[in-house]
Amino acid sequence: MLTSEIIWQTILSGILMGCIYALVAVGLCLIWGLMEIVNFAHGEMLMLAMFTAFWAFSLYHIDPILSLPLCMIVLFIIGVATYFIIIKKIIKAPFLAQILATFGLGIFLRYLAQFMFSPDFRTIKNPILSGNINLGGIFVGVPQLAASLICIVTFIILYSFINKTEVGIALLATSEDREAASLMGINSDRMFALGWGIGAACLGVAGALMSNFYYIFPEVGFNFALIAYVAVALGGFGSIPGSFVAGIIIGLVEFLSGLLIAPAFKYSFVFLIYLLVVFIRPQGLWGRY
Amino acid sequence: MGGNKHKWIWLVIGAVLCLIFPLFLTLPFPRHLMIMIFLYASLGLAWNMIGGYAGQISLGHAIFFGAGAYTSTLMLMKLGVSPWVGMLVGGILSVGIAFIIGYPCFKLAGHYFAIATIAIGEIAQQWMLNWDWAGSAVGLTLPILPESLINLEFHTTKAPYYYVALGIFILAILATYGVDRSKLGYYFKAIKGDLEGARSLGINVSKYKFYALALSAFFTSICGSFYAQYVLFIDPDSVFPLMLSIIVCLVATLGGVGTVWGPVIGAFILIPISEFTRIQFGGGGKGTDLIIYGFLIMVISIYQPFGVIGISKRFKKKESA
Repeated sequence: MLTSEIIWQTILSGILMGCIYALVAVGLCLIWGLMEIVNFAHGEMLMLAMFTAFWAFSLYHIDPILSLPLCMIVLFIIGVATYFIIIKKIIKAPFLAQILATFGLGIFLRYLAQFMFSPDFRTIKNPILSGNINLGGIFVGVPQLAASLICIVTFIILYSFINKTEVGIALLATSEDREAASLMGINSDRMFALGWGIGAACLGVAGALMSNFYYIFPEVGFNFALIAYVAVALGGFGSIPGSFVAGIIIGLVEFLSGLLIAPAFKYSFVFLIYLLVVFIRPQGLWGRY
Repeated sequence: MGGNKHKWIWLVIGAVLCLIFPLFLTLPFPRHLMIMIFLYASLGLAWNMIGGYAGQISLGHAIFFGAGAYTSTLMLMKLGVSPWVGMLVGGILSVGIAFIIGYPCFKLAGHYFAIATIAIGEIAQQWMLNWDWAGSAVGLTLPILPESLINLEFHTTKAPYYYVALGIFILAILATYGVDRSKLGYYFKAIKGDLEGARSLGINVSKYKFYALALSAFFTSICGSFYAQYVLFIDPDSVFPLMLSIIVCLVATLGGVGTVWGPVIGAFILIPISEFTRIQFGGGGKGTDLIIYGFLIMVISIYQPFGVIGISKRFKKKESA
């Protein structure tokens, strides 16, 4: 039976999940905007964030909501390290080499995690954020609601950081025109490293929040990464508001098609919507090119 | 290379070595290794036509591989048709799929095209995972038929598989040579080098991109049918995964894209590494082989972004400079 409550419930769940997708996608989008490189290890970095939260919980009993800053810092370091160790060397390499280098990193991290942590599915038991609340007849999971609210807040902070602060504007300038920015005394190397750090730190936030209600296992990142690529391309590469809207659209499509058509095909519909949009608007919804 | 004469001598030596190889090495493993090398070299060569020559980076080639594997297998199981016929039908079907994919996707550039092909590949895999008539997630186990070339099944020795793989490989090489030496190759390179320039010279860009993808799809599909007959079991995870698309692309890139011999060199380097690490470190569900594999992919693309052929070119440049 499809009651209006079920439909509203699904729409709300879709939007909540969409906020998380948006935060995962925005990191990817930021890196692309800066240096036109797609990070194909994005999902694996998200997985590392979830495992950081998991180990902080199971070894030191730190609740994910409290280990969130830790996840951010760890991922920031991973992002910066990735830039200096790998990305810096392939900035001028052909497009294909860039894809494969980050893809190789992803495979490496995924199976390293499997080697060290085993392929088991894990959950965090009884986190602070748990249970459901009743919003006028619609039941919403507290962790999901909190996650999406924090994602929105992070998004707003990130957006104002980039558009309002001096460092953020320097980031924007580097992404507009690398040569001109370096003539203005902006160290593009430092900007790229910062971009990778922030992009990965977004995953730290998303990963810590998701560890409250999602299974944690080495291959968890794969689907999220695919969705993030689709979100970034759908929103238009390099457009931060674009990837936010695209994240929400994807969340809605996923949950509604799962409810109305068939759960087994929900990601097919996500990809189909993406294809339809780029066929009509090849540069994505907000694309610059 | 040292002149055309030397090149021909090397080619003849290589061909003879390939032909007599199974006579000397009778153990199953070296033969299996060579079969995998030929299979991946052919896949790399096929990918090279669209990804290397025409410069359209496809990360969804598994869809053609899977189409070939499933078409020949389903025709064999449901209709009792020889896999050779199934192979051909699969190839034609893949050209049809190439047209359906290419028509809208060729409007997309760079990353948008690459991600669109990933998306299409994922849709195909999900579709196959849920299609009960075609075995869904359980996969299809091919019926065991009497050994014969018509049935394309051999149970006592790998030698016939070896020669079939070699045959597919030679066909792929010849097709690539044909493209490389003909006008078609120049059109592809023009599209890769400067799309707008090619269009302004009156090249029908969409048409030639489609030719490249169709050729590529046809050969990839044939490899898929062969794989199904060789392994005798297929499921969506083994013939439709994104990983396969990536490895095919890697084989070509490692050797050098847009050249005849690049993908061959790539396969000869990568496949032994992957087979040996799988044997040495695989098993136990630890995935150690894949850690090494991922690491190698990373290192190779960082230090050898233009492929192995790039090294020899670099030396040549230094000599002439």
